[in-house]
Amino acid sequence: MAGYIVLGGVIVLGILVFVAAAVVRWLLAPKAPTYAKLKTYESGMDPIGEGWAQTNVRYFVYAFLYVIFAVDAVYLFPWANVIRDQNLGVPALVEMAIFIGIIVLGLAHAARRGLLRWV
Amino acid sequence: MSVLEAVIRSVAVVAAFLVLPLLVGQTEHKFMAHMQGRLGPMYAGGWHGWAQLIADAAKFVQKEDVIPAAADRGVFRIAPAVALIPYMAGLAFIPIGDGIVGADVPASAFAVLAALGVGILGHLMGGWASANKYSMIGAMRGAAQLVAYELPMVLAVASVALAAGTLSLSGIVEQWQPWWLLWQLPGAIVFFIAALAEINRTPFDMPIADSEIVFGAFTEYTGLRFAFFLLAEYAGIVVMALLFTVLYLGGWAGPLAASLGVVWTLLKAWIIAAIIVWMRVSWPRLREDQLHRLAWVWLIPIALFQLALTAVVVVMTR
Repeated sequence: MAGYIVLGGVIVLGILVFVAAAVVRWLLAPKAPTYAKLKTYESGMDPIGEGWAQTNVRYFVYAFLYVIFAVDAVYLFPWANVIRDQNLGVPALVEMAIFIGIIVLGLAHAARRGLLRWV
Repeated sequence: MSVLEAVIRSVAVVAAFLVLPLLVGQTEHKFMAHMQGRLGPMYAGGWHGWAQLIADAAKFVQKEDVIPAAADRGVFRIAPAVALIPYMAGLAFIPIGDGIVGADVPASAFAVLAALGVGILGHLMGGWASANKYSMIGAMRGAAQLVAYELPMVLAVASVALAAGTLSLSGIVEQWQPWWLLWQLPGAIVFFIAALAEINRTPFDMPIADSEIVFGAFTEYTGLRFAFFLLAEYAGIVVMALLFTVLYLGGWAGPLAASLGVVWTLLKAWIIAAIIVWMRVSWPRLREDQLHRLAWVWLIPIALFQLALTAVVVVMTR
């Protein structure tokens, strides 16, 4: 557990560095806001509409695939710890081959149906 | 662990975090310049412009801090911290010598991946809060990139963990042997490509493509907030180069490892960082869909093949 105390310390220190830098900037940086300066930058043109425009999220299929494989990957890590166990070994290898094989089959199916092409 | 020791370790990690990216940045200045037939910075600090990045930081602090009127101010302000601090946390887990590590945890290979995955949130927050179309597109590209590179990287790391039989980065280095260079080569290539995409480096710098969308999610950022995003990028190079060294190049393994171990780790990581700079000079930018195709059609199958190869060799030679 001791390691995670250091992790907490690093995160707290990181926030402190960020806050300290903000204070330094507040003390040193000039402040002269004008209407034109605060306008949204659109290569010198007056902004048309607002920035929170709807975008076409074409990669939702990738996102689904990603979630499936990410869960798969999480199961792989505990296996790394026990693979040298005498009682597991070959049976675990076969089980893992079936597990990954089913997912690869799904990926191959997605590829065959053209889902891995963006446009 | 005493409070004092925890404080010293945390300060050491943050100090390394603030110094190592400057070394990589200066390396990039000089390497790029000489590859392009220029000299690079020569004046700041006197000798070959060694203080250029310190001078840059002093300049950034004095720049006016502009928050666009349309922006979501609260999110806009904290986004650079969200982009930066995960790399700090990631660096804390990476050992650079035998027993020399900031946060010594049992599953550090897993923890470092978890920490690095958070950084993209800073880009998304900054891009969304800017209320700018360029920023929005950049942030969306960054998020799209995440679902492409994250998996090959995780699978490649899982393969090394499998080979070493431990999830601890220190444990992986202790188990490492030179023939792993060949055994884990497909995984190493996959990891390197995925790492380039993770830190938005050429040829995968679509989220900040300066010739298309100004500077992506950072378009509306100025002064020190912008500098923090840049620092996060260079800290990303440091973390990825160190991680590659520890996972695939045996970390501190080398002649006189007992006394020179740290030097070997940093030297190997520096060479990897120099290769990442080299990629920037010599490769054009891919399109977002090309990255996806590369990741799903090539990287993930190769990573899975590596995983199978590793598992079979481990079980057969046990």
